[in-house]
Amino acid sequence: MNDTSRAGGAASLDVSIASKDYHSASGRPLRALEDLRLTLPAGQAGAVVGPSGCGKTTLLRLIAGLDKDYVGAITLPEHGRLGMVFQEPRLLPWRSVIDNIRIAAPHAREDDIAALLDEFGLAEHASHFPRELSLGLARRVALARALAVKPDLLLLDEPLVSLDAALAKDLREMIARLIDERRITTLIVTHDLNEAIALGDRLFLLSARPARVAATIDVPTPRKQLLEEAAARIEAQARAVYQGKSSYHGKSSPR
Amino acid sequence: MIRLVSLAALLLLWQIGASLSDPHRLPGPAAVFEKIYEEAVSGALFFNLAVTLARVVAAFALAMSFGAAIGYLMGRNRLADRLLDPWVVTLLNLPALVVIVLAYVWAGLTEVAAIGAVALNKLPNAIVVVREGARALDPHLEDMAQVFRFSRVARVKHLVLPQLAPYLAAATRSGLSLVWKIVLVVELLGRSNGVGFEINMAFQLFDMKLLLAYALPFVALMLGVETFLVQPLERHVSRWRRGVSRRLDRV
Ligand SMILES: Nc1ncnc2c1ncn2[C@@H]1O[C@H](COP(=O)(O)OP(=O)(O)OP(=O)(O)O)[C@@H](O)[C@H]1O
Ligand SMILES: [Mg+2]
Repeated sequence: MNDTSRAGGAASLDVSIASKDYHSASGRPLRALEDLRLTLPAGQAGAVVGPSGCGKTTLLRLIAGLDKDYVGAITLPEHGRLGMVFQEPRLLPWRSVIDNIRIAAPHAREDDIAALLDEFGLAEHASHFPRELSLGLARRVALARALAVKPDLLLLDEPLVSLDAALAKDLREMIARLIDERRITTLIVTHDLNEAIALGDRLFLLSARPARVAATIDVPTPRKQLLEEAAARIEAQARAVYQGKSSYHGKSSPR
Repeated sequence: MIRLVSLAALLLLWQIGASLSDPHRLPGPAAVFEKIYEEAVSGALFFNLAVTLARVVAAFALAMSFGAAIGYLMGRNRLADRLLDPWVVTLLNLPALVVIVLAYVWAGLTEVAAIGAVALNKLPNAIVVVREGARALDPHLEDMAQVFRFSRVARVKHLVLPQLAPYLAAATRSGLSLVWKIVLVVELLGRSNGVGFEINMAFQLFDMKLLLAYALPFVALMLGVETFLVQPLERHVSRWRRGVSRRLDRV
């Protein structure tokens, strides 16, 4: 029914999902995704924007191979090594920060891990247990863990959600920097349009459930100079797509 | 400290009770300790304690390893659960004595029958507890492990065992006390050594001093295992629940 394969030469992410249904024990199936197509060139950051509950996490789970029950085909970048940051940090509560990274990336070198801890400001927390960390710190650990495996594709599910403004800004800058420096093919899921514009080279605007890609927008580069005018233009474009629905506004709803 | 005081109070009560009653029914602490000393010097006490302890360890290890494996399978696999559940329920409700007698009848008055009977009495309890733990395994962490391609060994070591640890600890605690008690009955019915055998002898001779001289060191041994083995182990596996590292950092 479906086909997840790895690209030969063209190291891009290619998603073409005809449909994804959830079957509950009773009642009719719930269609989460329908006719959803997106292509992300290698080394680029894609940002998937969509209203809450539209099927963003579902899309990431299909790409990550966690759910094979769909109709369609997904082609991963070459080698297909995945790094993923889930909507919740999902660390092993019984292991320290550094052990969490070591266990997920058993082949990573110790000095690479140390460098990652430094990069994300985690060095002093290396021996702490997850329950001793704030959500912001735990997210950073999850991010460091995802990078430690040297992924060919990095999947981030709402990496900034439920953080207060200052922490969200810190983490957003960290993510922006790692995208710029490492050029890992990255797919970021968010319901926040500003976040998407700040982080993505290419935006995929999803419709409400069942999600499909309503519009694909390339963010012009160099990003810094153009950011302000581009943001305004893209926002206008996005508004047109959603026809004034306010669900993608920059404020994250408490959950 | 409080434990010591309460232990002293127990000894005092015992002394008072003994002085009020017939020494053949309830000998005083001094007489019993003298008897313990005698049995210890002759080596009989240690021999019988060791024999009983070996049976406890063997039966417990058997019951826990089979119980963990079967319980895990039943917790993860619906078919296995539905297939095996009636067996487990039957075994849970079968009186210990029936299992013991059947084991002796079918396998003779042998060591295998004795240990097997004890293990079989503990098995269903271990299965039920571990099954509960296997059902409660966090699917989120499983997804995480799949994305990061954890090896089978890493999954067991870092995902399954830590999540099952509280259940295994619970099964260990309840299991040890159950096994202790049943081992004595098994020894009484079909073995010619061990604490249970000696207690039966004391009963037949109506020698209360001898009976207590075996019962007390046995209780002390149980307390020792519980305090110095089971509890520290439990604390060790659940140390991540309390912010240990933070406290260590401050030191
Ligand atoms: N395992 C499941 N079984 C049944 N329905 C599900 C399941 N997972 C998700 N859904 C439903 O599918 C739809 C899409 O869910 P999904 O989690 O992908 O949305 P989302 O865009 O990530 O939402 P959020 O913004 O809350 O993170 C929702 O209506 C949800 O209730
Ligand atoms: Mg989601």
